[in-house]
Amino acid sequence: MEKKWEEMSPDEKQEAQFQKLLTPKDPEGNDLQFQSPEAEAAYKASINRFKDAVQLKASDRVPVTVFPGWYPILYAGMKPQEAMYDYEKCAAAFKKFVLDFKPDVQWGGVMPGPGKFFEILDYKLYAWPGHGVDPDSGYQCLEDEYMQPHEYDLLITDPSFFFRNFYLPRVFGALEGFTMMAPFTGILEMYGVAINFIPFGLPPVQNTFKALFEAGAEALKWITVMGGVDGELATLGFPNILGGFTKAPFDTIGDTLRGTKGIIMDMYRQPDKLLQALQAITPIMIGMGLGSAQQTGNPVIFMPLHKGADGFMSDEQFKTFYWPTLKAVIEGLIEGGCIPFIAAEGGYNSRLEVIRDIPKGKTIWMFDQTDMVKAKEIVGDTLCLWGNVPSTMLKIGTPQDIKDYAKKLIDTAGKGGGFIMANGAFFDHAKPENVKAMVDFTKEYGGY
Amino acid sequence: MSGELEKLLSDLKEPEALEFVDNALAEGVDPMALLDAAREGMNIVGQRFAAEDYFIPDLIFSGEILKRIVEKLEPHFTDKKGTKAERVGKVIIGTVKGDIHDIGKDLVVFMLDVSGFEVLDLGIDVPVEKFVDAIKESGSTIVGLSGFLTLAFDSMKNTVDAIKDAGLRDQVKIMIGGGQIDEEVKSFTGADAYGRDAVAAVKLAQGWIGG
Repeated sequence: MEKKWEEMSPDEKQEAQFQKLLTPKDPEGNDLQFQSPEAEAAYKASINRFKDAVQLKASDRVPVTVFPGWYPILYAGMKPQEAMYDYEKCAAAFKKFVLDFKPDVQWGGVMPGPGKFFEILDYKLYAWPGHGVDPDSGYQCLEDEYMQPHEYDLLITDPSFFFRNFYLPRVFGALEGFTMMAPFTGILEMYGVAINFIPFGLPPVQNTFKALFEAGAEALKWITVMGGVDGELATLGFPNILGGFTKAPFDTIGDTLRGTKGIIMDMYRQPDKLLQALQAITPIMIGMGLGSAQQTGNPVIFMPLHKGADGFMSDEQFKTFYWPTLKAVIEGLIEGGCIPFIAAEGGYNSRLEVIRDIPKGKTIWMFDQTDMVKAKEIVGDTLCLWGNVPSTMLKIGTPQDIKDYAKKLIDTAGKGGGFIMANGAFFDHAKPENVKAMVDFTKEYGGY
Repeated sequence: MSGELEKLLSDLKEPEALEFVDNALAEGVDPMALLDAAREGMNIVGQRFAAEDYFIPDLIFSGEILKRIVEKLEPHFTDKKGTKAERVGKVIIGTVKGDIHDIGKDLVVFMLDVSGFEVLDLGIDVPVEKFVDAIKESGSTIVGLSGFLTLAFDSMKNTVDAIKDAGLRDQVKIMIGGGQIDEEVKSFTGADAYGRDAVAAVKLAQGWIGG
């Protein structure tokens, strides 16, 4: 008899996830109909290549992919603003990008996001093209202290209540009505139960819900278009294995709640509260990854790391504030059968000895400015290395520069498996011939 | 006595440093002497950052302590101009057109400031003309361009070109910096140098005009 999911070991769960990816279904739950036997073979070969890389084994060759920022949009001759407002055109740009460059796996077109949705909710956390930045710029975060220094106890006691009644109304103008809502945990028994629902009768709360319905409909419209392209690309042999997204607890608090300066102040002025809050949101960050993997059916959970990079904080600060809860999230995701895909933005050279301390063969690390030879030496037996063709070279260099760089990577980081060739950071601008050189050269030279 | 304030500030002892300032002011110590001590403390912080004993959190926190010390001292200064220290040179800094990232730029501004430079911070998403105008108006001989996005490479190049077109290229040294900036971007933009971090920016500026 087949083992139940809960009874499986992390190894068995990972195997089951890959088996699921190797037997893809269409939205109705039937076996996916590929457009050709070649497409089916390419799809399965790509999944197997990724599986081998994650498990630190040599495959038929080094897998290659491209995980861009706005590049597909600019490559299609569009402005980021157009991509955020015309979903069909955005989807077509991502499709063209995949079909032109033919990476082994692709990462979908959800990055630009639905512009109208952000307008409906009056999103204040970001400036986006036409709303605070030029139509040809991407969106950029507007850092601030959206959580005040004295609000840690609120966050620690009930993160969901804090988010709903305090944080969300601060970053979405249209969610102001949330500030009037009572905690759901007060809804207990007949006596007094109706009192909890009074806010829903008040115009500000009703307006907030109207905006939510409208925003939800817009998000659905957008994802239907983007999902459609993913489905089509799958039938053509290009799997998207991205299952969702979560963050290191330190970045969750430091990026959008307290802000960079705010969290730094807390490291000195109230370190115990900060540590308690990091602990409190750790299970939530794990749940966020596991939940989205369940919804999408894909096991790879993307985690962009920000404030733990070389030079940002000391080793001691990293080991005290950043790593323990990040490690707990990574382990929690692995325990739940997911594959954490961690983008170590900036350099992670000084952190390699520390990050070694995680289960072997269960994670992918996208390295940006980390020395790949050193990384292979120190963490090559633990995690799958991804990277790290520089954004600068993709934009300014020549195809020969790219080939030389890729050759070095394949010969060193790629040795014996456990390596994925790709860009090291999310890029918007590049010469098409350079992107093409990265993919084609790896397919040609990267055989094991 | 003021040696103690230098130590408290450079060791990032916030409550102790503030209490020291309160007590000193109550005892009638010259606020100017306290400000000098605080500046010396910041100098030590800068040196520790350059030596990689301190990192970004330490730097930013020290700036916050300094701000609170200055707030305490300010009401005691009769002549505001008296608080301005001698400056070794003038540097124009800004995040280039299309890019609104400011954390790296602010660190460079901070380090240049504690190292004795007068910094003209043009902010973020700075149009090329604004850099050109600032050079003309301030007579500054150093320009720092910051940017995080790949789009910034073009904006940096456009800014350097505009400075050239305005006939000002020979009057200024241009340094660039930001997450992805390297030698290749330096050549592409036509800047004179690039720096990996705020310490590198200070070294470049000192090399160009001494300080």
